[in-house]
Amino acid sequence: MTNVSVTVNGERYDVSDVEPRMLFSDFLRDQLGLTGTHVGCEHGVCGACTVLVNGDSVRSCLMLAVQANGAEIVTVEGLGTPEELNVLQSQFREHHGLQCGYCTPGMLMTGEDMLRKYPLATDEDIREGLSGNLCRCTGYQNIVAAIRSAAAMRTEKKS
Amino acid sequence: MKPAKFDYVSPTTLEAAIEALVASNGEGKLLAGGQSLLPLLNFRMTRPAVLVDLNGIKGLSYIEERGGSIAIGALTRHRDLEHSPLVASKLPVMSAAMRHVAHLAIRNRGTIGGSLSHADPAAELPMLSMFYDARISIQGPEGRRTIAAEEFFVDALTNCLEPEDIVVEIEFPVLVHHGWAFEEVARRFGDFALASIAVSVRRGATGLEDARIAVMGVADTPLRLREAEEELVAMALDDESPKRFSEIVVSKISPNDDLHASGEYRKHLLAQLSKRALQTALAATGRMA
Repeated sequence: MTNVSVTVNGERYDVSDVEPRMLFSDFLRDQLGLTGTHVGCEHGVCGACTVLVNGDSVRSCLMLAVQANGAEIVTVEGLGTPEELNVLQSQFREHHGLQCGYCTPGMLMTGEDMLRKYPLATDEDIREGLSGNLCRCTGYQNIVAAIRSAAAMRTEKKS
Repeated sequence: MKPAKFDYVSPTTLEAAIEALVASNGEGKLLAGGQSLLPLLNFRMTRPAVLVDLNGIKGLSYIEERGGSIAIGALTRHRDLEHSPLVASKLPVMSAAMRHVAHLAIRNRGTIGGSLSHADPAAELPMLSMFYDARISIQGPEGRRTIAAEEFFVDALTNCLEPEDIVVEIEFPVLVHHGWAFEEVARRFGDFALASIAVSVRRGATGLEDARIAVMGVADTPLRLREAEEELVAMALDDESPKRFSEIVVSKISPNDDLHASGEYRKHLLAQLSKRALQTALAATGRMA
């Protein structure tokens, strides 16, 4: 058993006696009660459980909770609030980028990382960035549109 | 699913990691990026008694120029290779291939040492290590040794590592070439390749002086096609070269049928990719047929 100290969405959590085999996805949901992170396939195919670890998007089902010790985490709960959505979330709403919502937390966290790391000049770039996230409702069109729009707003802000 | 129980150790030196492996009596597994190991653990396809986490060992993540080579530490993440200006300028074929390595979140975590140790026959870095004649440094209980990439891969998901060995560095000699190409087809962008080829050519006084060809997804290991390299160098360059080249490449492989594609389909893909790759490589030399 190991102790895990982790900062999630700016808040520090110290959890003792964490079983080494506990996946980080389960740690977030079951130990910290942060159920915004969804668990889909549990083998790194669907991308629903994606969170930011020290600023990088990571599949939380492909990481052990003990490996998060000392890390800075952002989950979907850390992006915005229902009253005040962040830019990407508001564009998902604007463009109807979700239906059932199961994949959405992963889409948002991946989108945040893409927006920071890549120019996303074309829709092909956006689709390539989203290639690790599965959605069975939308057909992806509106998710791509939402990210395209957020990317444009990001560019406007800079210039 | 969830992993079966295991003990977890997080050593801070290579020596301590090797000691932990020795103490595990063959029941230990190394954890680097975990992007192949965690799915295997979650499915309980592997049930190690001890997981030895390498991420606490400092000094294993670097990309540096050393003489005529680029030395890469085993814990270097795919993301770092993808965005490295040094890799882009000195190992352009690797740089181009990196965006095909899985998906963004996996590139953020996965490591080059882990990819080589896992030895998937359709993964980019094992193939690139053969393409570049990389030398793989391995540390074990007896000390350090270096193995050529071509000797390293034995079979699908099988390499010559002993249970107590750790890949610590991979050295890629910089290749002098005038044109190159990397082509890949996968079912979904970032998935494992159904077929892929890397080609580079060096121009001589007449025709080509040197060529490199590596392929993957079409055998139990990535392949370096040395015979095809010689045949390409000997070939007269004209409009028909890409087509003849694709026939040569395909004549060197005999992929099996599997769940993802038939052997015939993989051959068909590789033929098309070979044509395209040689066209691109020759165009860059200014000798486009």
